[in-house]
Amino acid sequence: MRTWIWNHLDALRTTLARLLRTPVATLLNVSVIGVALALPVGLYVVIVNLEGLARTLGSDPQLSVFLALDAGPGDIKRIAARLENHPAVREARFVPRDQALKELKASTGLADVVDSLPGNPLPDAFVVLPQDIAPETLERLRDEMRGWPKVTHVQLDAEWARRLEAGLRAALLAVTLLATVFAFALVAVTFNTIRLQILTRREEIEVSKLVGATDSFIRRPFLYYGALQGLAGGLTAWAIIWTVVYILNGALADLSRLYAAPIELRQLGLADSGSLLVFSAALGWMGSWLSVNRHLAAIEPR
Amino acid sequence: MSAHSQPATPRNHMISLSHVTKRYPGGLEALRNVNLTIEAGEIVFITGPSGAGKSTLLKLMAAIERPTTGSVVVSGQNVGALRPRAVPFLRRKLGLIFQDQKLLFDRSAFDNVMLPLAVTGFERREAARRARAALDKVGLLAKEKVHPVRLSGGEQQRLAIARAIVHRPSILLADEPTGNLDAAYAAAIGELFRSFNQVGVTVVIATHDASFAVRMKPRLVVLKEGRVAGAA
Repeated sequence: MRTWIWNHLDALRTTLARLLRTPVATLLNVSVIGVALALPVGLYVVIVNLEGLARTLGSDPQLSVFLALDAGPGDIKRIAARLENHPAVREARFVPRDQALKELKASTGLADVVDSLPGNPLPDAFVVLPQDIAPETLERLRDEMRGWPKVTHVQLDAEWARRLEAGLRAALLAVTLLATVFAFALVAVTFNTIRLQILTRREEIEVSKLVGATDSFIRRPFLYYGALQGLAGGLTAWAIIWTVVYILNGALADLSRLYAAPIELRQLGLADSGSLLVFSAALGWMGSWLSVNRHLAAIEPR
Repeated sequence: MSAHSQPATPRNHMISLSHVTKRYPGGLEALRNVNLTIEAGEIVFITGPSGAGKSTLLKLMAAIERPTTGSVVVSGQNVGALRPRAVPFLRRKLGLIFQDQKLLFDRSAFDNVMLPLAVTGFERREAARRARAALDKVGLLAKEKVHPVRLSGGEQQRLAIARAIVHRPSILLADEPTGNLDAAYAAAIGELFRSFNQVGVTVVIATHDASFAVRMKPRLVVLKEGRVAGAA
């Protein structure tokens, strides 16, 4: 057991030394992997942030309940009472039709058009804030209120947030596919690096076999090399993303001052950072494993 | 072990070849119906003109080649039937010396000698002690930090010998160990092999250098066109 641990530490040590002995080549390989990983990871960060945004905005959905034009004060009172006692309603605000017309005149610049109208075409309305914002509950509430007497139309105002969320789900799928493609690139880069390594260290491999090295002993440093290179690439990608988000947040600070609302991109979380590093190291390991198995058998002492 | 496949071979044969033929792809027949047994602790010289099959014979013993027909049993293991995974463990019982030495030029003499121990996962301090002892044995302790390029031909050959004995093998196989060395050097290396043999190592040396072989007065096996032509 101690020998086993020693063997692995030794392989790790010599591999690190080997990575550092050719700093330029190592740096280039690590950069290629880092940039390749940074692209899908960066998109992922953007999506996670947009998701957060969608949740904040979507958390305040409203239902507009429009009443029939012939609804009298009694009808309005009955509906107001009904809304007040409804367990799914947090708050209901009455918007009388005259006020709605005034607001329309003031806010849209359509004063001339509105004035030319023979009467007020707008109905009385309630703006309803629900208790629960889950899309299913909202829809159920909307459908229920549609059935009430003197209610002509119920509008759910959070549709766009739901559309954004659906869009983000599709984007997340796209990122996953993109990440798969770049993962393949990482494996390919490692495969090639290890192939070159094996070629340049042909003699050493041959002599090692002659003095009784097992295949796993010969394979080990190459596997470490691939994993360490992948890990370094993952760290590079992480650093790229961190820097980009840091710089963007500097620019967004101005924006958030102007809007008097905190606008800030969130950095990659701990769990996501961890999986990025594990993932990149595992892919590097896999690339070199494929390469070693492919090329090592060809080197037999003659 | 492989006793069932070699019922006629008693266990104390260190190396035993029976009816061995080796045909290379392309049709070259390097060995033809060779029978040879070498006991533990023997020192044997295999001589003959170049192309007689000496190298092939050693490669069969080291599991570098496999016999086309016949059986090669080394230290109780049937080389022809050895699984690839088992080959490294057979080789750890052997010390191999090649005419082209196969030294690694990217590392010091000391690190070259360390290789057979590193491969078996030897504890590092003990390995270093053994490597120095092996270098001392061949007279190269003072040059442990030197890279092989800066060693003379004779020194390189001695370094190869140090690497072959550092893990204390029970069999030493040497292919033309005095290949391009002058007579004085050759004699010194012959003495080195003699001293390993005296501590119980089975030594097999292939050489076309008849004078080197005769001077040592060992058991001689003469190969000619792939057949055992004579023995002394």
